[in-house]
Amino acid sequence: MAEADTLATPRQRQDNLDPSRSFQGLILALQQYWASWGCVILQPYDMEVGAGTFHPATTLRALGPKPWNAAYVQPSRRPKDGRYGENPNRLQHYYQYQAILKPSPPDIQELYLNSLKAIGIDPNVHDIRFVEDDWESPTLGAWGLGWECWCDGMEVSQFTYFQQVAGFECSPVAGELTYGLERLAMYVQGVDNVFALNFNGRDDDRRVTYGDVFLQAEQEYSRHNFEFADTAMLFEQFKMAEAACQKYLDAGWTDEKKGRHLMALPAYDQCIKASHVFNLLDARGVISVTERQSYILRVRELAKACGAAWLATEGGGA
Amino acid sequence: MPDLLLEFLSEEIPARMQAKAADDLRKIVTDRLVAAGLTYEGAKAFATPRRLALSVHGVLARHPDIREEKKGPRVGAPENAIAGFLKAAGLKSIAEAKIEKDAKKGDFYVAVIEKAGRAAIEVIGEMIPEVVRGFPWPKSMRWGSGRLSWVRPLHSIIATFGPETEEPEVVAFNIDGITSGNETRGHRFMAPGAIKVRRFDDYVASLEKAKVVLDAARRADTIHADAKNLAFAQGFELVEDAGLLAEVAGLVEWPVTLMGTFDQAFLAIPGEVIRATIRNNQKCFVLRDPQTAKLVNKFILVANIEASDHGKAIVAGNERVIRARLSDAKFFYDTDLKARLEDRLPKFDGIVFHEKLGTQAERIARIVALAGQLAPVVGADAAKAERAALLCKADLLTEVVGEFPELQGLMGKYYAEAQGEDEAVAHACEDHYKPKGPDDLVPGDPVSIAVALADKLDTLVGFWAIDEKPTGSKDSYALRRAALGVIRIVIENQLRLPLRLQLWHHFGAVGRDEALAEAIAVLHPLQEQIVELSATDIELAVKLEVLVSEKSKRLTGPVLVQAHSHLRQSRDLLAFFADRLKVQLREQGARHDLVDAVLALEGQDDLLMIVRRVEALAKFLETDDGQNLLAGVKRASNILRIEEKKDNKSYAGAPDAKRLAEPEEKALAEAVTIAKKEASAAVAKEDFAGAMSAMAKLRPKVDAFFDKVTVNVDDGALRENRLKLLNEIREATRAVADFSKIEG
Repeated sequence: MAEADTLATPRQRQDNLDPSRSFQGLILALQQYWASWGCVILQPYDMEVGAGTFHPATTLRALGPKPWNAAYVQPSRRPKDGRYGENPNRLQHYYQYQAILKPSPPDIQELYLNSLKAIGIDPNVHDIRFVEDDWESPTLGAWGLGWECWCDGMEVSQFTYFQQVAGFECSPVAGELTYGLERLAMYVQGVDNVFALNFNGRDDDRRVTYGDVFLQAEQEYSRHNFEFADTAMLFEQFKMAEAACQKYLDAGWTDEKKGRHLMALPAYDQCIKASHVFNLLDARGVISVTERQSYILRVRELAKACGAAWLATEGGGA
Repeated sequence: MPDLLLEFLSEEIPARMQAKAADDLRKIVTDRLVAAGLTYEGAKAFATPRRLALSVHGVLARHPDIREEKKGPRVGAPENAIAGFLKAAGLKSIAEAKIEKDAKKGDFYVAVIEKAGRAAIEVIGEMIPEVVRGFPWPKSMRWGSGRLSWVRPLHSIIATFGPETEEPEVVAFNIDGITSGNETRGHRFMAPGAIKVRRFDDYVASLEKAKVVLDAARRADTIHADAKNLAFAQGFELVEDAGLLAEVAGLVEWPVTLMGTFDQAFLAIPGEVIRATIRNNQKCFVLRDPQTAKLVNKFILVANIEASDHGKAIVAGNERVIRARLSDAKFFYDTDLKARLEDRLPKFDGIVFHEKLGTQAERIARIVALAGQLAPVVGADAAKAERAALLCKADLLTEVVGEFPELQGLMGKYYAEAQGEDEAVAHACEDHYKPKGPDDLVPGDPVSIAVALADKLDTLVGFWAIDEKPTGSKDSYALRRAALGVIRIVIENQLRLPLRLQLWHHFGAVGRDEALAEAIAVLHPLQEQIVELSATDIELAVKLEVLVSEKSKRLTGPVLVQAHSHLRQSRDLLAFFADRLKVQLREQGARHDLVDAVLALEGQDDLLMIVRRVEALAKFLETDDGQNLLAGVKRASNILRIEEKKDNKSYAGAPDAKRLAEPEEKALAEAVTIAKKEASAAVAKEDFAGAMSAMAKLRPKVDAFFDKVTVNVDDGALRENRLKLLNEIREATRAVADFSKIEG
C-alpha cells in the first residue's frame, strides 16, 4: 500500500499542520488568523532586509493618512548574529511574522492575544505579559513605544505603536506586531535547539527539521559574513546604492515644487540595499566605531528622503 | 462631604513609571482642587500595570457664593471716571450700580458684584481633561487616529463624585472620544468583564474580587512574604532585592509566586553572573543556602495569573528560558576563562575611548604610568599597581561583561584570580571603580587606591584638556562623581596627595606629545611665575621661550604656550576639586564659610590638610578665645578696609618698632611676632590645633589694644604705624585661615 503512505489521511494532514508540531503549521495558522481578520496577506519582500519592518509594506505604508492592514512572513538577515550553526538560538537568517494595522484598532491587544490562542497558547494556562520595550531604528529614523510580549518568561513578540518613521510623524498611528517565528515555534514545540524544530509536522521518515533546511546555509553564510564577504565590492556597492537612491529620488519629482513623486519605491529599494551592505561590512569588522555612526547616518538620510518622496505619492496620500 | 474617585484604565504602563505617575496624579489634581477653592480632607493614589487611580475624600461640594461691593466715583462725576468704573466693575450701564448716600462728601456709586458659587462636580469636570492632556509622563504616545497622548493607549475613565450617604454622580466629560463613566474591567485574563463602581470602597473590593490588587505596596508585600515562605519551606533563604521587588510588583495585578529549578551544574558559574542572568533577563529572584550563603539551584518567579494547571506550564516555561539563559552565561564564562586578560589588550588599540582622547589602549597606558607614579605616594608596590592598572579594564572585552555591563570589575577580579594574579592585583580589578556612589565604600588596599586614583584623575584631566567640563545639570562623563571619588579616597585613607603637581603633569600625558610633556616638566618649577601670564598675550610664546632658554633650546613657542594653557586648565580643575570638597564637607555638616576661609589661602591643593584645617578651625571657633579673636581680627580688618579705601593705599609691611608708643601696642607687636612664628612652626608640623593655640594667645593683646589705643590719631606717622600693626594681625591669622571669610 505504497499509495497510502504518500497521501496522508485527513487526520494526519490535520496533525501535520498543528502549530505546536510543525514550523510551517505555525506560520500557516498565523496567516489564516490575520487573513480572516482582513489583513492583506503579502509574500516576503524580495530583497535582503534586517527585519520585517524594512519591508515597504511597513516602513512606507506606516506613513501617510491611508488605512493599511497587512501581514506577511519576512526572512530577516542579521549577518553579525551568525554562529556557524553551532548556537542553539542564534541565526544570521531567520523568519519574522509581521502584522501592521493602521490605524491601530482599539482592540489590537485582544487581536494579538487571540493570535496566540490560534497557535495554541492559552492565556489562562500561560503567563502572558506586556513588558515595556521602546523601539528605535536609527537607520530608519523611526521610533515607537510598546512592549516585548512575554510568554512564561520568554519574549515571543514585539508590539510597537509607531510614532515616527523616516523622520515623519505617523498619523494615524500604525500598530506593529512582530513574532519571532523560530523562537515561538521552539516554545510551542518544546524544543531547545532551533535546528531540532520540526518543519513539516511529520513524525515518520518524512519528517523534515529546521536543521535539514537551514543548517548548511547557516554554516556557509557565517563563513561568508565573517570571513570572506568581498569588502572591496561591498564598499563599492554601498556607494552605488547610495548614489542610485539619490539619483532616483531626484529624478522622481514631477516638478520644482516637489508636490508629486513617481519613484519612491525603487529609490527605497536602494536604501534597503545600502542598509544590508552596511550590515555585511559591519559583520566583517571593517567599519570602525566612528565610521559606524556615519554609515548609519547616511542610511538614515536616504530613508528620510524616501519617506518624503513616499508622502508625495498616491500610496502616501498625496 | 463628597468623595472623588478617578481611574484611568490603559494598556500596560511601564513598571518603572507607575509610582511616580500615581504621585503626580494625586499632586496635580489636589493642587488644582485647592487652586479652584475646593478644599479636601485627604487623597490617596494607586497604580497597577493597567490603571492609575485616585481617591480624594472630603471635597467641598461647591465653592461658596461671592458677594463683593466696589466703591465708585461720586454721583455726577466726569464721564470718563464713570466709564472707567463701569469697565472695572463689569457693569453695562450706571443704572446697575447702587447709589450710596453721604451727606458730607456727596452721594457716590457702589457696584455690587455677585458670583454664584459653582458645584464642585462642574469644576472637576472641566479640570480632569486638562490634567489628562498635560500629564507629565516621561514618555507618551499617540494611538489609532486620535490626537490624545498618554503613556500607552487609554481605554476608559472612571470619575464619580458624591457624598458617602448618596449614590455618587458621574463627573461628566469627554476626552478625545473617551467619555467618563463608572465602569472598569478586572484582571485581563481572569476577570475581563465590566465592573460598575460607585466609590472608592466598593471599587477596591470589586477589583479584589476581579483579581486585581490595587495597592502596589500590598502587591509587593504579598510577593515578598510568599517568596520568603516558599524559600523557607525548602530550607532556603531569599536573596533580598528591593529594586526587583518593586519592578515585579509593577508587572502584575494579581501576584502568584512560584518556584522553579535549574540544573545544579550551573552553580559552577559565579553567583553574581547567575543572579544577573536571572534577575535582569527574567525578573526572577534567586535563593541561597542560609548556612553557606551560596546560591542554590532554585529561583522564584512571579506570575500574573492563577493558572488552571496550578502554574505547571508557567514554571516549566520559565525553567526552559532560564536554562537557555544560563547555558549562554556558562558558555560566556567558560569562553572567557580560555583567554588570559593581557591577551585581550591588543584589541583596545582599535577601540576609541573618546574621539579627542585616543584609544582605550592609550588610556590604559596612561593609567599604568600614573598608577606607577602614585604607588609610592599611597604606599603601594609600584610593580603591582602597574600590573593591576594594565589588567583592570581587560574584562570589558569579555563575553560576560558584554552581556552584563554591571558586572565589570567583578569579572575582572574573578578572571585575574583564575589566571593566578597576585591577590592585590585581582582585587584592584574590581575595587578601582570604587566608590561608585555616595554610599559605596572607598578602596582600602594601596594597590587598589593607586589604580582607582589613576583611573579617575586620568578621566578628569582628559575631559578638562578637551574642555568637556560639567555644566549645570549636565555631566555626561560623571566627572563630579570621579572628583568626589578622588576626594573620598584621599580623605578616608588619610593620604597626602599634592594635586597641583599631579594634575598639570598628567595634562602632558593626556596630550600624547613628548615635547609637551617635556615642556611641562621644564616649566614646572616656574609655575607660580607663569600662571598669571595672560593666555592672550601675543608675546606669551617669546616670554616662555626666554624663561626656559637655559634649560632647553629644543622647546618651541607653540608647545610652551600649550603647556601654559594646560597649567591654567589644571588650576581650573583644582578649583573644581575645591568646589566638590566644599559640597562634600557641607553635606557632612561642616560650615561652608570655614571651608571658604581655608580655601582662600594660597596653594591649598592638599585635600587632607584642608580638611584638617577646617576641623581645627571649627573647634577653635567654639572656644571663647576663638570667638573673641575672630571679633578682634574682623575689627582690625574693617578699620583697615575703611582707611585703606580713604587713603587709597595699602598698609602692608612690618610696623616700625621705634614708633610703638603705648605699652599695649608694644605688647601686641611682640605677641604678633611670636604668634606668627609659633603658628607657622605648628602649621609646618601639620599641627593645626597647635597653630590655633598660638593664635589664641593673641586674643588678650588684641582686646587690650582696642581698649586703650586709638588708631586714627592726628600724628600721620603714628597712625600709619598702627594701621600696619593691624595688618600684621590679619597677616598672622592667615597662617591658619582667612578670618575675613568667616561669618558671625
